[in-house]
Amino acid sequence: MSKPKLMLGNEAIAQGLMESGCVMATSYPGTPASEILATFAAFEKKGPEKRHIQWAVNEKIAFEIAYSGSITGLRTAVSMKQVGLNVASDPLMSAAYLGVKGGFVVISADDPGPHSSQTEQDSRLMAMMAKIPVLDPDSPQQAKEMIAMAFELSEAFEIPVMLRPTTRVCHARQDVQPGEILPLKREVDFQKDPARWAATPKFRLHLHQELEKKLNAISRYKKTAPIKLNAEATASRALIVSGVAAAHAKEILKDLNLWNVIPMYQVLQPFPLHQDFVSHIFKTYSEILVIEETTGVIEMQLADRHCIKGKLTGSVPSVGELLPETIEQIIGEFAGIGIEPIDLPSEPGIRPTLCAGCPHRAAFFAVKKAAPKGIYPSDIGCYTLGLNLGAVDTVLCMGAAVSQAAGFYHAYKHEEKQPDIVATIGDSTFFHAGVPALIDAVVQDVRFVLLILDNRTTAMTGNQPTPAVGMGACGESLNSVNIEGVVEGCGVKFCRVGDPYQLKEFTALLKEAVKYSRVNGPAVVISRHPCLIDRFRKEKPGWQPLKVEVSDACDGCAFCIDHFECPALILDKTEKRVSIDPILCNGCGVCISVCPKKSIKEVKNAG
Amino acid sequence: MPDEGSMRQQIVISGVGGQGVLFVTRLLAEAAITKGLPVFTSETHGMAQRGGTVLSHLKVGNFSSPLIRPGNANGLLALKADSLARHGYFLKPGAWAAINSREGMVVEPEFSAYTINGDLLAQHIHNPKSVNLILLGFALAAISEATENSLFCNLEDIKTVLQQRLAKKKQMLDDALKAVEAGFNTFSTP
Repeated sequence: MSKPKLMLGNEAIAQGLMESGCVMATSYPGTPASEILATFAAFEKKGPEKRHIQWAVNEKIAFEIAYSGSITGLRTAVSMKQVGLNVASDPLMSAAYLGVKGGFVVISADDPGPHSSQTEQDSRLMAMMAKIPVLDPDSPQQAKEMIAMAFELSEAFEIPVMLRPTTRVCHARQDVQPGEILPLKREVDFQKDPARWAATPKFRLHLHQELEKKLNAISRYKKTAPIKLNAEATASRALIVSGVAAAHAKEILKDLNLWNVIPMYQVLQPFPLHQDFVSHIFKTYSEILVIEETTGVIEMQLADRHCIKGKLTGSVPSVGELLPETIEQIIGEFAGIGIEPIDLPSEPGIRPTLCAGCPHRAAFFAVKKAAPKGIYPSDIGCYTLGLNLGAVDTVLCMGAAVSQAAGFYHAYKHEEKQPDIVATIGDSTFFHAGVPALIDAVVQDVRFVLLILDNRTTAMTGNQPTPAVGMGACGESLNSVNIEGVVEGCGVKFCRVGDPYQLKEFTALLKEAVKYSRVNGPAVVISRHPCLIDRFRKEKPGWQPLKVEVSDACDGCAFCIDHFECPALILDKTEKRVSIDPILCNGCGVCISVCPKKSIKEVKNAG
Repeated sequence: MPDEGSMRQQIVISGVGGQGVLFVTRLLAEAAITKGLPVFTSETHGMAQRGGTVLSHLKVGNFSSPLIRPGNANGLLALKADSLARHGYFLKPGAWAAINSREGMVVEPEFSAYTINGDLLAQHIHNPKSVNLILLGFALAAISEATENSLFCNLEDIKTVLQQRLAKKKQMLDDALKAVEAGFNTFSTP
């Protein structure tokens, strides 16, 4: 047996995919799920089989590709974050009816907190809505084991199976025991069956009936049944836990010396909840506390409410991450032990900011110059941090910058005065969901500027390639799609490219675009400068870092701090002077053009 | 040093995105595995990594939860001076804190706090981004006294992990070892 290895939860999931003979994996990056596909791609050369691994343009496309692989008999998986599952929900609902051939696992990573997401939504509810089973791991090790369990379950009932890890599983590291990677001999064999794979509404009714039968059988399937963790405990009140809440509760129960007292059941498959388990707990216990994240999915399947405590009774918070200290309080109260609450300091952390030298910062500065009283819809990515510069007014979901700009335009168009609208969207987000919205804006003659922040990568999630890069998940060369071509193909007549590091020229270009858009409809400006922290970039940077200093002309007016907000600019309030942190500064030199007093200058090398 | 069968240690590591909090967390976790100890870490990824507050939890020994509860940590590695105020609530009485601080700081008496000017030392050794390793080396020296809160690993363990991780990157390895040792020696020869 090989030695245990330190694995991130997402790496353990990828390891599980390898061990289970998954040969097709697709994804669109999103925190906390991104490392699953990246790790699986890094295995590419190790496994015995030929595989297909790809970043797709969005989650819907990723889902449909992997799903179709499974109906040829292969084992396949798609991974995404919870809001990505919203994008893929259309194929998810339908795939549940049609079912699968080879095992198909949908990995949807939730983010209670939320730490890095727009919502705290519970993917298990999506599984419930789609009527597919969902497994809820408590740790990296269990996530790996559940991948094997999910493939087996998926093939046993010809149904997609969801794995729902949360941030604390995805981004925990643990010593995980790797298993053997065995070749799984599978023939690719798509059996035509139009009555199933292209079912008409009449047959869909039949498939729905079949789906209900499958769910009924899955709620009796032994291998995913809840487990009683502490055989010794025999009290008349019991705990039901699942996911990371189970990991916390196990430790807390031991620390409170209640391990041998309060019976604790871990639910591995929150939906469909096992019927025998439900009868057993109602027969055995007088009071039951359910602790799960984020919605009461297990709780709502316990229809007899008289002895159930949980989110619906207010015993467990319905909002936010269930931190172990919260769970300790809840268990203490349930067990009748008073636990003194700890007074936590309310001191806020340091807010995130765009990197020093980030090209987005320069682009946002130019937006405020070009349309000072404008409305600024924006989107999902690093550039959401344009908030700090006052250049982001709205963030809804992937691609919404374009359609929200349209919404604002249509709302104001009958007014006497119309505000300028400058929407910002990242390159990857533009491909993901911005393109259909741009077509709509062209058709509807929406008068706005779309600024595409093209840093040649998906930066926020760890620099995955975009369709414009021409590189695959395993580093292989692929075709690339040019953003200008897409924009022009959508019917936009004004499409120009600029480098935001050339701040004056870039601001002038944006002003021209704003002016054009007021009369002529959509104008697109592509702000092109590569991300400074992209480890995978092969192109040469194309610019030389400058050494800059602040001269004595600085009077500490703090204009650069307030309006440019670069972390390398440090204001000394007592000395009334700004200085440049040499460790943080990346030498973009944009601040030279930002300072209204012209006190930031390039240091020319002597001689 | 308690025997390894009963070894249970919980350490909080804090800083801001870009300082290398995750790297230090990972080195300590690898050191635990090398010593045959079970380990859990919990990390901050995503947007907070862009210069925002980053907090790692490290738990060595038999645990099932990846998170440390307030009042339970044996120690704190703080890459920013204000971290004790911000994350001190994780510490239990008698815990240690190793803090990177440009100025000496007033410390609460219930903790054993040790401070080092890691930023300055990093510039001296011409490796401005090595503050994380300097602080780790410093902590390994400072927390070596045998108490119930003493670290589960020592300088040699960390060097071994670095040698494994950076085996193919000679220059990075040399720089990393130099930084850890510089921090370690600062405590030994004040």
